[in-house]
Amino acid sequence: MISFRGVSKSWGDNHVLRSLDFEVAPGEKVCIIGPSGSGKTTILRILMTLETPDEGLVVVNGGTLWDVKKGGHAKETKEMKATRRNVGMVFQSFNLFPHMTALENVMEAPVKVLKLDKQEAHQRAVELLGMVGLSDHLNHKPGRLSGGQQQRVAIARAMAMRPTVMLFDEPTSALDPELIGEVLEVIRELATGTDMTMLMVTHEMRFAEEISDRVVMFDKGVVVEKGPPAQIFKSPEHERTRKFLRAVLDY
Amino acid sequence: MMGSTLAAAGGQTWDSAFAKSLIPTMLEGLWTTIQITLAGMAIALVVGLVVAIIRRSKIPVISQLFGFYVQFVRGTPLLIQAYFAYILLPDYGLTLSPLVTGIIVLGINYSAYTAEVYRAGVEDVPVGQWEAATALSLPIQRTWGRIVLPQALRSVTPVLGNYLIQMFKDSAVLFAISVYELMGHVDTIGSDTYRYLEPVTIAAALYLIVSLISSQFVRLLERRLVLSR
Ligand SMILES: Nc1ncnc2c1ncn2[C@@H]1O[C@H](COP(=O)(O)OP(=O)(O)OP(=O)(O)O)[C@@H](O)[C@H]1O
Ligand SMILES: [Mg+2]
Repeated sequence: MISFRGVSKSWGDNHVLRSLDFEVAPGEKVCIIGPSGSGKTTILRILMTLETPDEGLVVVNGGTLWDVKKGGHAKETKEMKATRRNVGMVFQSFNLFPHMTALENVMEAPVKVLKLDKQEAHQRAVELLGMVGLSDHLNHKPGRLSGGQQQRVAIARAMAMRPTVMLFDEPTSALDPELIGEVLEVIRELATGTDMTMLMVTHEMRFAEEISDRVVMFDKGVVVEKGPPAQIFKSPEHERTRKFLRAVLDY
Repeated sequence: MMGSTLAAAGGQTWDSAFAKSLIPTMLEGLWTTIQITLAGMAIALVVGLVVAIIRRSKIPVISQLFGFYVQFVRGTPLLIQAYFAYILLPDYGLTLSPLVTGIIVLGINYSAYTAEVYRAGVEDVPVGQWEAATALSLPIQRTWGRIVLPQALRSVTPVLGNYLIQMFKDSAVLFAISVYELMGHVDTIGSDTYRYLEPVTIAAALYLIVSLISSQFVRLLERRLVLSR
């Protein structure tokens, strides 16, 4: 379970999150939509501990990730580090380690963090890379892979840590159009075939509609509206949602 | 020292037989210079790396102190640092041979430069690499050792190679604290025989030959690193 309670974040006088309350149930697949600059990435980055909230409580699977009192400072605690291990993230720009092969990218954390022995980690990495359709590229470095292939390695790498929560930040927006499908296909399989909690920021509205249990419309650091995809896309209640959808769907 | 006898050395003509007789001693001096350079560079590479990592780690006070260290070392001449170490270290009960003192001074001096080189290399590593490491919960030592440094070192290896060559030439300064390297031999031969033309010329030739060969090597290395990217 993921829960945000009164989470605020600003840069200067840019108030990106305003006392945000937000929850995701275990196993739920949630898509976050909303205009540029509305704070979608910031939410994911706070969950991945890449950003610190100015204030508020963030809990994942009962573990406290952040607990910042008004006027206090976010601290890296033991509990935060232990809790973070439940969370994996797939970045817009892949962020693979360029000097390592696909296999090494996927094996690095299981060996060093989960302390699996090399053989077991290797076997699991081979399986994961097979699952994302890259059995022929185990020993290729990222520079030799297409964007779509790189993003699939990145997904396998994140999965290798066996996260219970997976975050996707616009996983296909850096890809050439013809490569988007192969990555969405892998994510679709994770959504239907696993009980991981998934939180995804995307501009692929049709895909969001198809895979998510719930869609959350975000604007100016607050939740504008949330509900089942059919409702949000077919009969949104708020004018801001309608306006946003008109803009992106026309495009 | 060199200056006084050098003044009396004007108007000399080249004496080939004398020059030839100097070569074995001069080669010995060159060998010492090379050893000093390699040892000094080893210190510079290690200390510079530690300094760069500490500065980047943003530990309050300590990181600033090391920033000051870099500025201080870069802001004073190598010759003065050498004199200071030579004169002052024994006062603090550290009696080291001129050779060892020279190596340490050279290494410390260059560590300030290598620290800056490493820093530039580390800054070149995209922030996404650090973030991916955090997302995988990689420990910080592992992130440095396996993710950041391999990428940073790759881009700065040729620059470090050029610093090695520069250090090789700069080590000549150490004859001032009586280190018996290549210039030290020139000085001794000069004050013994009152002839400078031959030893200085031979020393210059030796410095030049080694520098040229080494720069070719660095260039080759640079090309290989670019190609294997
Ligand atoms: N490190 C930072 N420093 C300053 N401002 C930042 C920083 N990170 C994000 N912001 C600002 O916070 C706001 C929200 O950013 P965020 O990336 O969360 O938006 P987003 O909803 O993901 O937008 P997009 O759809 O464009 O990705 C933006 O105005 C952005 O400029
Ligand atoms: Mg974003």
